[in-house]
Amino acid sequence: MKVSVYRYNPETDREPWMEDFEVDTGGRDLMVLDVLAMIKERDPGLAYRRSCREGVCGSDGMNINGRNALACVTPLSEAAPGVLEGRKPLVIRPLPGLPVIRDLAVDMGIFYEQYEKVQPYLINDEPAPAIERLQSPEERAKLDGLYECILCACCTTSCPSFWWNPERFLGPAALLQSWRFLADSRDRATEERLDQLDDPFSLFRCRGIMNCVSVCPKGLNPTRAIGHIRSKLLERAV
Amino acid sequence: MVTSVTNPGRNGLYDWLLQRVTAVVIGAYSIGLIGFLVLNPGLDYETWKACMGSLPMQMINTLVLVSVLLHAWAGLWIVTTDYLTRAQFGNAATGVRLVVQMLILLLCLVYLLWGLVMIWGGA
Repeated sequence: MKVSVYRYNPETDREPWMEDFEVDTGGRDLMVLDVLAMIKERDPGLAYRRSCREGVCGSDGMNINGRNALACVTPLSEAAPGVLEGRKPLVIRPLPGLPVIRDLAVDMGIFYEQYEKVQPYLINDEPAPAIERLQSPEERAKLDGLYECILCACCTTSCPSFWWNPERFLGPAALLQSWRFLADSRDRATEERLDQLDDPFSLFRCRGIMNCVSVCPKGLNPTRAIGHIRSKLLERAV
Repeated sequence: MVTSVTNPGRNGLYDWLLQRVTAVVIGAYSIGLIGFLVLNPGLDYETWKACMGSLPMQMINTLVLVSVLLHAWAGLWIVTTDYLTRAQFGNAATGVRLVVQMLILLLCLVYLLWGLVMIWGGA
Protein backbone atom coordinates (compact mmCIF):
# COMPACT_ATOMS: atom_id res chain seq x y z
CA MET A 1 0.00 0.00 0.00
CA LYS A 2 1.03 3.62 -0.56
CA VAL A 3 1.65 5.83 2.46
CA SER A 4 2.03 9.58 2.09
CA VAL A 5 3.73 11.23 5.06
CA TYR A 6 4.16 14.92 5.85
CA ARG A 7 7.84 15.78 6.21
CA TYR A 8 9.37 18.96 7.56
CA ASN A 9 12.77 19.53 9.08
CA PRO A 10 13.16 23.25 9.83
CA GLU A 11 16.95 22.93 9.71
CA THR A 12 17.12 21.63 6.14
CA ASP A 13 13.71 22.14 4.47
CA ARG A 14 12.50 25.51 3.20
CA GLU A 15 8.92 24.27 3.34
CA PRO A 16 6.99 21.10 4.24
CA TRP A 17 6.62 18.34 1.63
CA MET A 18 4.88 14.95 1.32
CA GLU A 19 7.01 11.82 1.03
CA ASP A 20 5.55 8.63 -0.45
CA PHE A 21 6.43 5.19 0.90
CA GLU A 22 5.44 1.76 -0.38
CA VAL A 23 4.67 -0.48 2.61
CA ASP A 24 3.81 -4.17 2.51
CA THR A 25 1.32 -4.91 5.29
CA GLY A 26 0.50 -8.37 3.93
CA GLY A 27 -3.16 -7.39 3.86
CA ARG A 28 -3.33 -7.23 7.65
CA ASP A 29 -5.52 -4.58 9.28
CA LEU A 30 -2.67 -2.98 11.24
CA MET A 31 -2.89 0.15 13.33
CA VAL A 32 -1.60 3.32 11.65
CA LEU A 33 1.12 3.51 14.32
CA ASP A 34 2.41 0.06 13.23
CA VAL A 35 2.69 1.33 9.67
CA LEU A 36 4.64 4.36 10.90
CA ALA A 37 6.97 2.04 12.82
CA MET A 38 7.61 0.05 9.61
CA ILE A 39 8.49 3.29 7.82
CA LYS A 40 10.75 4.40 10.69
CA GLU A 41 12.75 1.18 10.38
CA ARG A 42 13.63 2.25 6.86
CA ASP A 43 13.97 5.98 7.61
CA PRO A 44 15.02 6.50 11.26
CA GLY A 45 14.87 10.27 10.67
CA LEU A 46 11.05 10.27 10.66
CA ALA A 47 9.84 12.09 13.80
CA TYR A 48 6.59 11.35 15.61
CA ARG A 49 5.52 10.98 19.25
CA ARG A 50 4.29 7.71 20.73
CA SER A 51 4.41 6.05 24.10
CA CYS A 52 1.78 3.61 25.40
CA ARG A 53 0.56 2.45 21.92
CA GLU A 54 -2.91 1.69 23.33
CA GLY A 55 -4.84 4.97 23.39
CA VAL A 56 -4.09 5.93 26.97
CA CYS A 57 -1.20 8.42 26.88
CA GLY A 58 -2.48 10.66 24.07
CA SER A 59 0.95 11.19 22.48
CA ASP A 60 0.29 10.10 18.92
CA GLY A 61 -2.57 12.37 17.91
CA MET A 62 -2.22 13.12 14.19
CA ASN A 63 -4.25 13.85 11.10
CA ILE A 64 -4.99 10.59 9.25
CA ASN A 65 -6.62 10.97 5.82
CA GLY A 66 -8.05 14.32 6.85
CA ARG A 67 -9.28 13.30 10.26
CA ASN A 68 -7.64 13.78 13.66
CA ALA A 69 -7.11 10.51 15.53
CA LEU A 70 -4.70 8.52 17.68
CA ALA A 71 -2.50 6.48 15.32
CA CYS A 72 -2.22 3.63 17.85
CA VAL A 73 -5.95 2.90 18.00
CA THR A 74 -6.86 3.67 14.39
CA PRO A 75 -6.84 0.54 12.23
CA LEU A 76 -6.20 0.96 8.50
CA SER A 77 -9.78 -0.14 7.83
CA GLU A 78 -11.02 2.91 9.74
CA ALA A 79 -8.49 5.42 8.38
CA ALA A 80 -10.56 5.87 5.21
CA PRO A 81 -12.51 3.53 2.91
CA GLY A 82 -10.12 1.78 0.47
CA VAL A 83 -6.91 2.31 2.44
CA LEU A 84 -6.72 -1.26 3.75
CA GLU A 85 -7.32 -2.69 0.26
CA GLY A 86 -4.60 -0.43 -1.17
CA ARG A 87 -7.01 1.39 -3.46
CA LYS A 88 -6.30 4.68 -1.70
CA PRO A 89 -3.09 5.99 -0.09
CA LEU A 90 -2.81 6.42 3.66
CA VAL A 91 -2.15 10.14 4.19
CA ILE A 92 -0.57 11.18 7.48
CA ARG A 93 -0.10 14.80 8.53
CA PRO A 94 0.55 16.52 11.87
CA LEU A 95 -2.35 17.89 13.94
CA PRO A 96 -3.58 21.07 12.21
CA GLY A 97 -3.36 24.53 13.75
CA LEU A 98 -0.22 24.01 15.85
CA PRO A 99 3.35 24.90 14.87
CA VAL A 100 5.30 21.92 13.50
CA ILE A 101 8.57 21.11 15.29
CA ARG A 102 9.51 18.35 12.88
CA ASP A 103 7.54 15.93 10.66
CA LEU A 104 4.55 14.78 12.74
CA ALA A 105 5.64 16.33 16.07
CA VAL A 106 3.85 19.61 16.86
CA ASP A 107 4.46 22.26 19.50
CA MET A 108 1.66 21.74 22.05
CA GLY A 109 2.58 24.91 24.03
CA ILE A 110 -0.54 26.97 23.27
CA PHE A 111 -2.75 23.93 23.93
CA TYR A 112 -1.27 23.48 27.42
CA GLU A 113 -1.48 27.23 28.09
CA GLN A 114 -5.22 27.14 27.41
CA TYR A 115 -5.53 24.08 29.64
CA GLU A 116 -3.71 25.91 32.46
CA LYS A 117 -6.08 28.90 32.16
CA VAL A 118 -9.12 26.88 33.30
CA GLN A 119 -7.35 25.98 36.58
CA PRO A 120 -7.69 22.22 36.10
CA TYR A 121 -7.53 21.33 39.77
CA LEU A 122 -9.88 21.24 42.74
CA ILE A 123 -10.20 24.62 44.53
CA ASN A 124 -11.52 24.30 48.05
CA ASP A 125 -10.36 26.47 50.97
CA GLU A 126 -12.46 24.71 53.59
CA PRO A 127 -10.45 22.72 56.17
CA ALA A 128 -9.82 19.23 54.86
CA PRO A 129 -11.62 16.43 56.72
CA ALA A 130 -9.53 13.77 58.47
CA ILE A 131 -9.77 11.22 55.67
CA GLU A 132 -11.19 12.62 52.42
CA ARG A 133 -13.82 14.92 50.94
CA LEU A 134 -16.74 12.59 50.39
CA GLN A 135 -19.01 12.52 47.35
CA SER A 136 -22.28 10.66 46.93
CA PRO A 137 -22.36 8.14 44.07
CA GLU A 138 -24.68 10.58 42.22
CA GLU A 139 -22.25 13.47 42.63
CA ARG A 140 -19.40 11.28 41.46
CA ALA A 141 -21.43 10.14 38.44
CA LYS A 142 -21.54 13.74 37.19
CA LEU A 143 -17.81 13.51 36.42
CA ASP A 144 -18.23 10.54 34.08
CA GLY A 145 -17.52 11.53 30.50
CA LEU A 146 -15.33 14.41 31.74
CA TYR A 147 -12.40 13.00 33.69
CA GLU A 148 -11.43 10.50 30.95
CA CYS A 149 -9.83 13.15 28.72
CA ILE A 150 -6.20 12.29 27.91
CA LEU A 151 -5.28 15.72 26.43
CA CYS A 152 -4.30 14.33 23.02
CA ALA A 153 -5.48 17.61 21.39
CA CYS A 154 -7.39 15.82 18.60
CA CYS A 155 -10.53 17.83 19.43
CA THR A 156 -9.00 21.27 19.91
CA THR A 157 -6.92 21.06 16.71
CA SER A 158 -9.98 20.03 14.67
CA CYS A 159 -11.87 23.15 15.78
CA PRO A 160 -11.89 26.10 13.32
CA SER A 161 -12.62 28.54 16.14
CA PHE A 162 -9.33 27.43 17.73
CA TRP A 163 -7.50 27.73 14.40
CA TRP A 164 -8.67 31.35 14.00
CA ASN A 165 -8.23 32.43 17.63
CA PRO A 166 -5.84 30.04 19.38
CA GLU A 167 -4.79 32.62 21.98
CA ARG A 168 -8.30 33.74 22.85
CA PHE A 169 -10.63 30.74 22.44
CA LEU A 170 -9.85 28.09 25.05
CA GLY A 171 -10.78 25.18 22.79
CA PRO A 172 -12.89 22.07 23.47
CA ALA A 173 -10.31 20.15 25.56
CA ALA A 174 -9.76 22.99 28.05
CA LEU A 175 -13.49 23.75 28.24
CA LEU A 176 -14.31 20.09 28.91
CA GLN A 177 -11.88 20.26 31.84
CA SER A 178 -13.39 23.54 32.98
CA TRP A 179 -16.80 21.84 33.21
CA ARG A 180 -15.20 18.82 34.89
CA PHE A 181 -14.30 21.07 37.86
CA LEU A 182 -17.46 23.20 37.72
CA ALA A 183 -19.48 19.98 37.95
CA ASP A 184 -17.44 18.67 40.90
CA SER A 185 -19.39 18.85 44.17
CA ARG A 186 -16.14 19.37 46.11
CA ASP A 187 -15.08 22.46 44.17
CA ARG A 188 -15.85 25.89 45.69
CA ALA A 189 -14.64 28.23 42.95
CA THR A 190 -17.71 28.17 40.68
CA GLU A 191 -18.11 31.98 40.61
CA GLU A 192 -14.43 32.67 39.89
CA ARG A 193 -14.38 30.02 37.16
CA LEU A 194 -17.52 31.42 35.50
CA ASP A 195 -16.13 34.99 35.70
CA GLN A 196 -13.22 33.86 33.53
CA LEU A 197 -15.51 32.49 30.79
CA ASP A 198 -17.98 35.34 30.34
CA ASP A 199 -16.17 37.20 27.54
CA PRO A 200 -16.95 36.83 23.80
CA PHE A 201 -13.95 34.55 23.09
CA SER A 202 -12.93 32.13 25.86
CA LEU A 203 -16.10 30.03 25.65
CA PHE A 204 -18.55 31.81 23.38
CA ARG A 205 -16.42 31.41 20.25
CA CYS A 206 -17.74 27.84 20.16
CA ARG A 207 -20.26 27.73 17.27
CA GLY A 208 -21.39 24.21 18.12
CA ILE A 209 -20.19 22.49 14.93
CA MET A 210 -19.17 19.41 16.98
CA ASN A 211 -15.94 18.55 15.13
CA CYS A 212 -14.57 17.88 18.65
CA VAL A 213 -17.24 15.26 19.33
CA SER A 214 -16.73 13.46 16.04
CA VAL A 215 -12.94 13.06 16.48
CA CYS A 216 -12.56 12.38 20.23
CA PRO A 217 -10.83 8.99 20.52
CA LYS A 218 -12.31 8.51 24.00
CA GLY A 219 -15.87 9.18 22.80
CA LEU A 220 -16.28 12.29 24.98
CA ASN A 221 -18.59 15.21 24.22
CA PRO A 222 -16.97 18.65 24.72
CA THR A 223 -19.86 20.42 22.94
CA ARG A 224 -22.26 19.17 25.59
CA ALA A 225 -19.89 20.32 28.37
CA ILE A 226 -19.70 23.77 26.75
CA GLY A 227 -23.51 23.82 26.65
CA HIS A 228 -23.62 23.06 30.39
CA ILE A 229 -21.23 25.94 31.15
CA ARG A 230 -23.33 28.27 28.97
CA SER A 231 -26.47 27.25 30.88
CA LYS A 232 -24.67 27.99 34.18
CA LEU A 233 -23.65 31.44 32.91
CA LEU A 234 -27.22 32.10 31.76
CA GLU A 235 -28.65 30.86 35.05
CA ARG A 236 -26.72 33.38 37.12
CA ALA A 237 -27.30 36.26 34.70
CA VAL A 238 -31.07 36.22 34.11
CA MET B 1 -10.68 36.50 30.57
CA VAL B 2 -10.33 38.17 27.17
CA THR B 3 -11.36 41.82 26.91
CA SER B 4 -13.21 43.32 23.96
CA VAL B 5 -14.77 46.76 23.41
CA THR B 6 -16.31 46.76 19.94
CA ASN B 7 -18.80 43.87 20.17
CA PRO B 8 -22.47 44.78 20.77
CA GLY B 9 -22.74 43.61 24.37
CA ARG B 10 -19.15 43.80 25.65
CA ASN B 11 -19.80 40.35 27.06
CA GLY B 12 -20.03 36.90 25.47
CA LEU B 13 -23.24 35.81 27.15
CA TYR B 14 -25.02 39.04 26.22
CA ASP B 15 -23.98 38.74 22.56
CA TRP B 16 -25.01 35.09 22.49
CA LEU B 17 -28.43 35.81 23.97
CA LEU B 18 -28.90 38.84 21.72
CA GLN B 19 -28.27 36.71 18.63
CA ARG B 20 -30.75 34.05 19.72
CA VAL B 21 -33.53 36.44 20.75
CA THR B 22 -33.23 38.55 17.57
CA ALA B 23 -33.17 35.35 15.48
CA VAL B 24 -36.50 34.30 17.00
CA VAL B 25 -38.02 37.73 16.24
CA ILE B 26 -36.73 37.64 12.63
CA GLY B 27 -37.90 34.02 12.18
CA ALA B 28 -41.39 34.67 13.54
CA TYR B 29 -41.76 37.80 11.38
CA SER B 30 -40.62 35.97 8.25
CA ILE B 31 -43.11 33.16 8.78
CA GLY B 32 -45.88 35.70 9.47
CA LEU B 33 -45.04 37.71 6.36
CA ILE B 34 -44.94 34.62 4.14
CA GLY B 35 -48.28 33.51 5.64
CA PHE B 36 -49.77 36.94 4.88
CA LEU B 37 -48.58 36.78 1.25
CA VAL B 38 -49.89 33.24 0.79
CA LEU B 39 -53.30 34.10 2.26
CA ASN B 40 -53.62 37.21 0.07
CA PRO B 41 -52.84 36.05 -3.47
CA GLY B 42 -54.25 39.04 -5.33
CA LEU B 43 -52.51 41.56 -3.08
CA ASP B 44 -52.66 45.15 -4.35
CA TYR B 45 -50.71 48.23 -3.26
CA GLU B 46 -53.58 49.77 -1.26
CA THR B 47 -54.05 46.65 0.92
CA TRP B 48 -50.32 46.34 1.45
CA LYS B 49 -49.99 50.02 2.40
CA ALA B 50 -52.97 49.87 4.77
CA CYS B 51 -51.45 46.85 6.49
CA MET B 52 -47.94 48.27 6.78
CA GLY B 53 -49.20 51.74 7.74
CA SER B 54 -51.21 50.55 10.75
CA LEU B 55 -49.73 51.39 14.15
CA PRO B 56 -49.21 47.74 15.29
CA MET B 57 -47.37 46.93 12.04
CA GLN B 58 -45.26 50.07 12.35
CA MET B 59 -44.21 48.96 15.83
CA ILE B 60 -43.56 45.38 14.72
CA ASN B 61 -41.53 46.58 11.74
CA THR B 62 -39.43 48.79 14.01
CA LEU B 63 -38.75 45.86 16.31
CA VAL B 64 -37.75 43.66 13.37
CA LEU B 65 -35.55 46.38 11.89
CA VAL B 66 -33.68 46.77 15.18
CA SER B 67 -33.44 42.95 15.51
CA VAL B 68 -31.97 42.53 12.01
CA LEU B 69 -29.37 45.25 12.64
CA LEU B 70 -28.35 43.92 16.08
CA HIS B 71 -28.18 40.38 14.67
CA ALA B 72 -26.05 41.57 11.77
CA TRP B 73 -23.76 43.57 14.04
CA ALA B 74 -23.22 40.64 16.44
CA GLY B 75 -22.66 38.18 13.59
CA LEU B 76 -20.36 40.36 11.51
CA TRP B 77 -18.35 41.30 14.59
CA ILE B 78 -17.65 37.58 15.04
CA VAL B 79 -16.74 37.21 11.36
CA THR B 80 -14.25 40.11 11.56
CA THR B 81 -12.59 38.74 14.69
CA ASP B 82 -12.33 35.28 13.09
CA TYR B 83 -11.00 36.23 9.68
CA LEU B 84 -9.32 39.65 9.99
CA THR B 85 -6.52 38.61 12.33
CA ARG B 86 -2.74 38.60 12.59
CA ALA B 87 -2.68 35.35 10.62
CA GLN B 88 -3.95 37.22 7.55
CA PHE B 89 -2.75 40.81 8.07
CA GLY B 90 0.21 40.63 10.44
CA ASN B 91 0.74 43.81 12.44
CA ALA B 92 -1.88 45.69 10.43
CA ALA B 93 -4.63 43.36 11.72
CA THR B 94 -5.89 45.64 14.52
CA GLY B 95 -6.20 48.61 12.16
CA VAL B 96 -7.90 46.60 9.43
CA ARG B 97 -10.34 45.07 11.90
CA LEU B 98 -11.17 48.39 13.53
CA VAL B 99 -11.83 50.11 10.18
CA VAL B 100 -14.04 47.24 8.91
CA GLN B 101 -15.94 47.07 12.22
CA MET B 102 -16.56 50.82 12.21
CA LEU B 103 -17.76 50.69 8.59
CA ILE B 104 -20.22 47.92 9.47
CA LEU B 105 -21.42 49.86 12.50
CA LEU B 106 -21.86 53.01 10.41
CA LEU B 107 -23.78 51.05 7.75
CA CYS B 108 -26.06 49.59 10.47
CA LEU B 109 -26.76 53.12 11.78
CA VAL B 110 -27.56 54.40 8.27
CA TYR B 111 -29.93 51.45 7.71
CA LEU B 112 -31.56 52.16 11.07
CA LEU B 113 -32.28 55.80 10.24
CA TRP B 114 -33.33 54.97 6.67
CA GLY B 115 -35.60 52.18 7.91
CA LEU B 116 -37.20 54.41 10.55
CA VAL B 117 -37.93 57.07 7.93
CA MET B 118 -39.57 54.39 5.73
CA ILE B 119 -41.66 52.93 8.56
CA TRP B 120 -42.77 56.14 10.26
CA GLY B 121 -42.42 58.66 7.42
CA GLY B 122 -45.94 57.94 6.14
CA ALA B 123 -44.91 58.11 2.47
